Amino acid sequence: MNLQQFLLIAIGMVFIQNFILSKFLGLCPFLGVSHEVKPAISMGIAVIFVMTFSSIITWLIYRYILIRFDLVYLRTIFFILVIATFVQLTEMVIQKVNLALHKALGIYLPLITTNCAVLGVTFLNIDSFFVNAKPVAGSFLYSVSQGFFAGLGFSLVLLLMASIRERLDLCDTPESLKGVPIAFITASIMSLAFMGFSGFRF
Amino acid sequence: MERKRPLKEFLKGLFRENPVFVIILGLCPALAVSTSVENALGMGVAVTFVLLFSNLIISSLRRVIPEKIRIPCFIVVIASFVTITDLLMKGFFPLVSRGLGIFVPLIVVNCIIMGRAEAYASKNPIFLSVLDGLGMGLGFTLALVVISMVREVLGAGTFLGFLLAKGFRPLTVMILPSGALLTLGLLMGGINLIKKKR
Repeated sequence: MNLQQFLLIAIGMVFIQNFILSKFLGLCPFLGVSHEVKPAISMGIAVIFVMTFSSIITWLIYRYILIRFDLVYLRTIFFILVIATFVQLTEMVIQKVNLALHKALGIYLPLITTNCAVLGVTFLNIDSFFVNAKPVAGSFLYSVSQGFFAGLGFSLVLLLMASIRERLDLCDTPESLKGVPIAFITASIMSLAFMGFSGFRF
Repeated sequence: MERKRPLKEFLKGLFRENPVFVIILGLCPALAVSTSVENALGMGVAVTFVLLFSNLIISSLRRVIPEKIRIPCFIVVIASFVTITDLLMKGFFPLVSRGLGIFVPLIVVNCIIMGRAEAYASKNPIFLSVLDGLGMGLGFTLALVVISMVREVLGAGTFLGFLLAKGFRPLTVMILPSGALLTLGLLMGGINLIKKKR
């Protein structure tokens, strides 16, 4: 495992190629849950968790089932079913084990299934860490860290946006821009700011 | 229940219930692939195809699928058609497919398709569902083309790859992610304004 590559993934996923602001993955929950800070934090934690574990599971399935049996073309169906099942399972386990946590995260977990950021990161893992159906060195760890840091970047932007929108409600925005349109314009300015990170060189 | 007029069901997706501008669904691909009109058209056609066939199948199976596991059933149907689309595009339009990249398989989680399956196709007869799918798909394509037109004309000074005016310094920011968010925000604001004036 190469530390430089690892850092590159970390900073790249959180800042430079942020999932929301530069790849446009997961915009629906981004708009839906960013009204207030508290639910945004819960959603963020849930997303980090699901993205990390989905990366692990889909990597294993791709490596040991899909490639082995020459079923690579079925990856879309496999991955979405695995993610949906995993999310459902997590929800059931949390409900049994920790009711308080379930109350906080409960309603957000089912939403995550259709969050394209989760499916997106698993495809991205496969595309970047498999060459000709062979995993590159350290592929598994890279995939897991990519999943984790992509989730972290998602949560960071969600949190920032929620804090901004809480204040935005008090501002005097033009009538026709209220709600979603002004949220987009805010996100656009945030995206410009995040572009500054792409100047980083290693 | 009142009888639904087929034409109305078809047209509602285009304007009154436009998936992107009015219902606010399927934003991720709408923003990501709208850098050029060509990409937008490719994405629009792909989504329309999937929407049409998933509505057709789900509507014809609506009495067979058990209520409790309907969501996984929908996902399997949708994922199958997305895979078909993905493979067809890779085979016949490799350039467009490369331009759209990861967003072709991601049509699976596009909220429009799931939304229409759940809200319309699972409750309505086949013919109307197909029309609804076609209308929604074309509405999505329309929205994508409008967004990408603004972005391509301002950001690259071209339309479908043709240079529009010499000596025009393109605003690169419109091609970048930031421009996409700004365009959509302002377009939505504009639509709200027109709606209020009426």
